[in-house]
Amino acid sequence: MTEDHPIGLTIRRGVKVYPGTVALKGVDFDLRMGAVNVLVGENGAGKSTLMKVIAGVESLTEGETSRNGQVVHFRSKADAVAQGIGIVFQELNLFPNLTVAENIFIGREPTRAGVDIDREHQRAETARLMKRLEQPIDPDTPLGNLRIGQQQIVEIAKALAQNAEILILDEPTSALSAAEVEVLFRVIADLKAHGVGIVYISHRLEELIRIGDYITVLRDGAITGSRPMQGVDIPWIVRAMIGDSSKEFGRTEPPNFGDEVFRAEEVVLPRPGGGNAVDHVSLSVRSGEIVGLYGLMGAGRTEFLECIMAQHPHSGGRFFVEGKPLTERDVAGRIARGIALIPEDRKRDGLVQIMAIRENLTLSALGRFTRLFHLDLKAEARTAAEFVKRLTIKVASPENPVSSLSGGNQQKVVIGKALMTDPKILLMDEPSRGIDIGAKAEVFRTMRRLAAEGLGILFVTSDLDEVLALSDRIIVMANGRITGTFPSGTDAAEVIAATAPVKESAA
Amino acid sequence: MSATTRTAASPSVSSGTSALLLLLKMRTFVALILVFAFFAINAPNFLTTANAVIISKHVALNAFLAIGMTFVIITGGIDLSVGSIVGLCGMVAGWLVLYGIDLNAIGIAYSIQFNTVEIALITVLVGMFVGLINGLLITKLNVAPFIATLGTLYVARGAALLASGGRTFPNLSGNPEYGSASFPFIGTGNLLGLPFMIWMLIAVAAIAAYVAGRTPLGRHIYAVGGNERGAALSGVKVNRVKLFVYVFSGFCAALVGLIIASQLQASHPATGETFELNAIAAAVLGGTSMSGGRGRIGGTIVGAFVIGILSDGLIMMGVSSFWQTVIKGLVIIAAVVIDQAQSRLQARVALQQEAAAAHVS
Repeated sequence: MTEDHPIGLTIRRGVKVYPGTVALKGVDFDLRMGAVNVLVGENGAGKSTLMKVIAGVESLTEGETSRNGQVVHFRSKADAVAQGIGIVFQELNLFPNLTVAENIFIGREPTRAGVDIDREHQRAETARLMKRLEQPIDPDTPLGNLRIGQQQIVEIAKALAQNAEILILDEPTSALSAAEVEVLFRVIADLKAHGVGIVYISHRLEELIRIGDYITVLRDGAITGSRPMQGVDIPWIVRAMIGDSSKEFGRTEPPNFGDEVFRAEEVVLPRPGGGNAVDHVSLSVRSGEIVGLYGLMGAGRTEFLECIMAQHPHSGGRFFVEGKPLTERDVAGRIARGIALIPEDRKRDGLVQIMAIRENLTLSALGRFTRLFHLDLKAEARTAAEFVKRLTIKVASPENPVSSLSGGNQQKVVIGKALMTDPKILLMDEPSRGIDIGAKAEVFRTMRRLAAEGLGILFVTSDLDEVLALSDRIIVMANGRITGTFPSGTDAAEVIAATAPVKESAA
Repeated sequence: MSATTRTAASPSVSSGTSALLLLLKMRTFVALILVFAFFAINAPNFLTTANAVIISKHVALNAFLAIGMTFVIITGGIDLSVGSIVGLCGMVAGWLVLYGIDLNAIGIAYSIQFNTVEIALITVLVGMFVGLINGLLITKLNVAPFIATLGTLYVARGAALLASGGRTFPNLSGNPEYGSASFPFIGTGNLLGLPFMIWMLIAVAAIAAYVAGRTPLGRHIYAVGGNERGAALSGVKVNRVKLFVYVFSGFCAALVGLIIASQLQASHPATGETFELNAIAAAVLGGTSMSGGRGRIGGTIVGAFVIGILSDGLIMMGVSSFWQTVIKGLVIIAAVVIDQAQSRLQARVALQQEAAAAHVS
């Protein structure tokens, strides 16, 4: 095995620390040439960090990287490119205003005698790449005119054009049609035959088993399984991904569900390029119930929550709070009706970083402290202090800017802000993103307690472990539709199966 | 200031750091005292009551504009049109004093004349209307504040010039017959020993400071500037907040136009050119952050005084106006550089405190 596939790049004891979290905890990784090295793990397990290290985008805090047996230090992406490493990111790094050819050669334009861009060469090379990828894309088309799937092909072509010896593909098929996936797989087989080492990241387990030669599983920044692909099946991968001993956030009291507090009917959100980002989604949440909305990235879960919070004026569908239709068209009106959203991106959507902790906590509920137009600062400070205590937010002073807190404490401030509006239904988008294990457990305990107090909670997560342990009911979304509803205690494999879009099982 | 004392009392931060931080926070005030002391010693007649009144009258005009500008900048915007609104509103006031509203144009041989209060009211409404247009362009049509207010800068100035064909409206002493003889009082009258316009400034500043610190609207203004998306998702009616700040800025500018016309008893269409830059300078000098979310009315007033005393003091010392301009520019740059240093230090102190708190618990 090793003779067929020499190791082209190794990482030993790789540690990567971000402020507040450890993304990689002493990872050993071997990348084999002429083979597809599959990397799998849940969101936040450290896959992307590991790939960014290999591609020179991030550097290790500790540990070493060697290429062909020699220790290397990538200070930038250019260093990695010089070593023949190319990466196709999950998020596209393309310029919609430039043509396909210009995109492929961005930053390394071929020139005529070092003066002007050699357009002919650029165009011919692009046409050759498109032929190889079996795509009828004209090199002069502005990139913005292409479908997302075609844009992804262009991104792949860009990496191919650099004659990479190591090619990292981060979820390359997430936007591709079944036919395009087949083409990609043919190209991968061709690259393999030419000795290129490929790292392939995907959440689609069948796809991984089909195309992979070696598999590495990451969980919480550590490698939990690494072996050749022979004999690997889905249960093995799932076990390695989430472990045997599930993290315990289970409920302590018996469930005590009340009446329905929230119902969504036939919610539709059209996608700009055609199709629906949210496709006729209907669901309901009872008081005291925690409903987990699980799915892959781009399944439409965040968009669905945003529809509830009036962020998409062009969405269709009906919402009901405690049986009464929700007709308010703006955020303030919906908050007043008892809906509270804890956004996915804390920094961008959840907090006003330069404002004080107190001011963030009370921002949605200033009406509580206002008589006519006068703000009672004493009452405000009192209530803020009370919430700091109730949610055990660790602060030196509520007057410090919220940006001085750790991620977990910031998240608690966002939760406090939502709770201060006396919600009936709490919408939480990835409530555990970017916070450490200890803070996670606390956030989950808080969710449990709130549910026990009679709140309905609808939370979105990409963490299988979390959804299994925390939910009273699991709803799975894929391609904007609900593809499965499971009671608590369902087997992990069943839930995962529901996340794979239908078109893939057909392929 | 309560936050400052708490910082100083915290044991985890060295007293040197917190003293420095306090000094930096009070920098505009320190600058004011320094400038004041310097001219008190070096400029003859600087410390006379008459001079104090003259300086505060100069400062007041800029302070009105700067108060409105402060709100706009806190939301993350900018209002370049205030100077033109001053000019336009001066012309409106002048026109109303001289001619009233002539209904001949719609076929009625009659003209409406106004008393002083009515003139002031209409003038202020015109200023607020221009502010409203700014706000609507920015919120409804999504035009960048810089561009929207640059556009209204030209439109309002053009309108001011059109009003008189570029000429000055002279002799705005009012007409006792129409009850507008008191028009000059707005800019020149005294009340309880202080110029009337200073009372107006005190009232506007007090209301603005109250709005900023003690009302939900004020909190929302800061939130919009700190994180517009975050504020919107928290239920803040972002567009309404933005409309308010531009209308308020137009209101402040209209007052200035009115006061100048009344002071000079004449209105000239070019009045107020580059006033917007002085207003921005005062706000920035007073600690308002151009990236939004930070700023205080009190700071802005002090900032306006620093600029005012600086230019009047330099004139009294006989420094050439060319040098004055250079010095004003240097002071503004220095203010922003120090502001950056303060933010960094403040962030570090807060982080230290939180780290210490996390350690204890």
